[in-house]
Amino acid sequence: MAQRNFLLFAAVGLLFVLTGILMSWNVSLQILNIGVLSAIMALGVNMQWGYAGLFSTGIMGSVALGGLAVVLVSSQPNPENWAAGGPQLLMSLALGVAVIAAAIIAAQKMALGRARNFTIAAILILGFFAYRYFFDQASLAIETINPENAGNLGGLGLPSYIAWIVGALMAAAAAWVIGKTALGLRSDYLAIATLGIAEITLAVMKNEDWLARGVKNVIKLPRPGVPYEVDLQQAPWFLSFANNIGADPITASTIFVKLVYLVLFGAVLLGLIWLSERALHSPWGRMMRAIRDNEDAARAMGKNVKARHLQIFILGAAVVGLAGAMLTSMEGQLTPGNYSPLRFTFLIWVMVIVGGSGNNLGSVLGGLLIAWLWLIVENAGPVIMSYATYFLPDGGLKSHLVESAAQLRLLTLGVILLVVLRFSPKGLIPEK
Amino acid sequence: MDILNALVAFLNFVFVPAFGYGCQLALGALGVTLIFAVLRFSSFAHGDTMAFGTVMAIGFTYVLQANGITFGPLPTALLALPFAILCTALMLLGTDRLVYRFYRKKRVDPIIVTIASVGVMFVMNGINRLIPWGGVEEINFADGSRFLMEAAAFKEMTGLKEGLAIKTTTAVTVVTAALCVAALFWFLQKTRTGKSMRAFSDNEDLALLSGINPERVVQVTWIIVAALATIAGVLYGLDKSYRPFVYFQLLLPIFSAAVVGGLGSPLGAIAGGFVIAFSEVMVTYAWKKVAGYLFPADWLGDGLLQLLSTDYKVAVSFAILLLVLLVKPTGLFKGK
Amino acid sequence: MAAPFLIGEAMTGGYGPVDILHGCTIAVEKGQIAVIVGPNGAGKSTAMKAVFGMLNLRGGRVLLDGEDITKLTPQARVRKGMGFVPQTSNIFTSMTVEENLEMGAFIREDDIKSTMAQVYDLFPILKQKRHQSAGELSGGQRQQVAVGRALMTQPKVLMLDEPTAGVSPIVMDELFDRIIEVARSGISILMVEQNARQALDIADKGYVLVQGTNRFTDTGQALLADPEVRRSFLGG
Repeated sequence: MAQRNFLLFAAVGLLFVLTGILMSWNVSLQILNIGVLSAIMALGVNMQWGYAGLFSTGIMGSVALGGLAVVLVSSQPNPENWAAGGPQLLMSLALGVAVIAAAIIAAQKMALGRARNFTIAAILILGFFAYRYFFDQASLAIETINPENAGNLGGLGLPSYIAWIVGALMAAAAAWVIGKTALGLRSDYLAIATLGIAEITLAVMKNEDWLARGVKNVIKLPRPGVPYEVDLQQAPWFLSFANNIGADPITASTIFVKLVYLVLFGAVLLGLIWLSERALHSPWGRMMRAIRDNEDAARAMGKNVKARHLQIFILGAAVVGLAGAMLTSMEGQLTPGNYSPLRFTFLIWVMVIVGGSGNNLGSVLGGLLIAWLWLIVENAGPVIMSYATYFLPDGGLKSHLVESAAQLRLLTLGVILLVVLRFSPKGLIPEK
Repeated sequence: MDILNALVAFLNFVFVPAFGYGCQLALGALGVTLIFAVLRFSSFAHGDTMAFGTVMAIGFTYVLQANGITFGPLPTALLALPFAILCTALMLLGTDRLVYRFYRKKRVDPIIVTIASVGVMFVMNGINRLIPWGGVEEINFADGSRFLMEAAAFKEMTGLKEGLAIKTTTAVTVVTAALCVAALFWFLQKTRTGKSMRAFSDNEDLALLSGINPERVVQVTWIIVAALATIAGVLYGLDKSYRPFVYFQLLLPIFSAAVVGGLGSPLGAIAGGFVIAFSEVMVTYAWKKVAGYLFPADWLGDGLLQLLSTDYKVAVSFAILLLVLLVKPTGLFKGK
Repeated sequence: MAAPFLIGEAMTGGYGPVDILHGCTIAVEKGQIAVIVGPNGAGKSTAMKAVFGMLNLRGGRVLLDGEDITKLTPQARVRKGMGFVPQTSNIFTSMTVEENLEMGAFIREDDIKSTMAQVYDLFPILKQKRHQSAGELSGGQRQQVAVGRALMTQPKVLMLDEPTAGVSPIVMDELFDRIIEVARSGISILMVEQNARQALDIADKGYVLVQGTNRFTDTGQALLADPEVRRSFLGG
């Protein structure tokens, strides 16, 4: 078994080596870094699915919240924008939360009946207008100052590592809301509700300019202690290092930076695997698996299935949020337009299923393999398609097929998912 | 106070668009709910099924137009519908044969089938974009006359300040949807095959004991779903435009509509479609114009009287979905 | 003696790897009532399901009117003239009473009106409520719908899995009366019952099963009179 796993990982490693040799090491490492982050996301999803059988389609939402956290925590503050409306905006948000809390309290404390419904509706409606009154003033004030370069509240200027933790917490908070509502109902409801929260998260990020500049994007986010290429190219120690290994300093610096990221992300990945393996083999993990394998029996034994599901759902989302934050830190910018459910929700699912649900190593393997496939088809797809259409006459159809070859990856991944699900439903590395 | 103008403005900007959109969502949700009722899973591929049907209809529309065949004042796409439905039905039956039938025979947990439908979604999404006349860009394929009633004509007719425009595509949507729903309910309530579908949905084991052939029920269901999805997709595309990504995103309001109405309940799907459509339009409409006729100008201030910006449409369907899940998870019309 | 109309002979098998039935034999003559009784977990329902083909037999065979039907699916057995009323979920709750009956007759290509009239004659209350959704009926009425649905195929054998589970004693007596009436029309009845005493009272033949084997087999009255059966299975 261990030998088989080793071979599988070696095979995936070989893919990256070949990419490095045939294309370039920069591309290969770039894909590998994204692969490691995808593996962390897959790990989080695997907690939800493999340990608890929860099917969530809101992974993109967690990733995006992680990215948002990076802007809110690690970007530089915009004091003028903050002065213009920051406190009032926070106050209005607090008011919004208070309104919802009041409605919930009313729902819980009052006796069923018309008076209760009326009170709840009144609280929500009046609360909404009050909230909008303060909120609109504040957000307008913030957005009108320096819209070209800022126009948002800006961040706290704290280290990226704190942003990652905040990202995990924000994703966890969103998961808590969804889990509270949709867990314990039919499993499809969770899938539908999570699809919704992800879309809303994205809508907020695209439209609330005061928060993170919306579709105008936030750029120049700080790196998590990783050196910049331009600095390396100036540093004497690096120049002599590059000279010693006989490499061009510019190429060497880009590769060096990617390697630093790789070590950093790899360490996080290994740490998470270690933690989750520990958890899985603790009494808690055994209980989770018992619940997954037979919910009714576990319930009969007095286990609170819904509460346990909520726990694991939140944990999984937090891990995904963490990876989302790391991704944004690495890219150095937040581009809400880039988040798509196909890329950040369903692709992660393909990774988990192909790798082997319920198995952490499987998720990592699936993450690396599918990320490679996804990114390589993007590059190699048009080439393959031009060979495939070699016999077609030049013209509209041929050029259309070659141009849309990038879409081939959707098709390919769909087929891979279906084939694995049917012929090898336990994935490449089955659960022990 | 100018109630008439306010009413016309309301009809023109809220009621008519929301009603048309509601019909489109209802047809989409009917497809989802039928799949759920008979095959017992939520199909994430439904948005892409709609897109596929629409692309097919666009293709046949081009063929018809190239041969000089149009439908007078009505969109040519309506003539292309039967062919497009046939293609979609074949595609769905093929998918069932290749993918879903295997899981049905094994009687796996429905969530596995739902995940399989994600795979189908990927494949169909890819196919839709690869189709030569499809692609990823926006396509507008509505032809024929643009308006059934133009705003200017209405103003002239009534002498009101506000105009009421009814797009041909909206009228076509409403009429087609009404015909579809009537035909569907007649089929489900009155025909032997329709009743056997309901029986199968109600109690699969007993249906088997009664000699109802499950494979036939499933096939009929896919054919009906193909018709509903294609019609819903074409109507939406005529009214707005076709774009694969937009169709994929229709999944959320359609799912919400089906859940709000009660998954598995056809009547509920229709009601849910209208609840979602009207909420989306009303919450994101700037009421300033309507209110301007009803209240003195200095009461209103300079806000647009818009509850949420139109970018938050998705939030509206979602909020309603959450509310229903919290208050009445079986939906308005008791689903499963 | 001629072979019985329906017989499950020396049946051995179960749902999974573990056998529940061990060489158990159940038979019913034309137009007669056979009742299977026994303690909980004796395999009563399993024996009935085995006769109907709902589990794979590892030994023994099932004959209907002399024909070996062991390999047939339940659906095929329905076409051969067997009707089955499951213990639970035995009606289409979202459909009307009449639609339930129609679905019962799904395999028939001929006119079903006269059969439906016969069912309505047997259960007049159903005629009254024929346009009502079956899920809204009382427990006893639901059982009538269930039996009526199975009768719609004009079966030669009607198999009932605990038809009186969960209904009041009065409704139970009523149901038994109707079942006797069905048997008089020439349809063989095979049923599993918890209410052993009442059931044996109307049975031509009774089977007492214990742990998947036949413990006692005799006429209903003889079993009721047997002191050992009384002591062990009928509570004295």
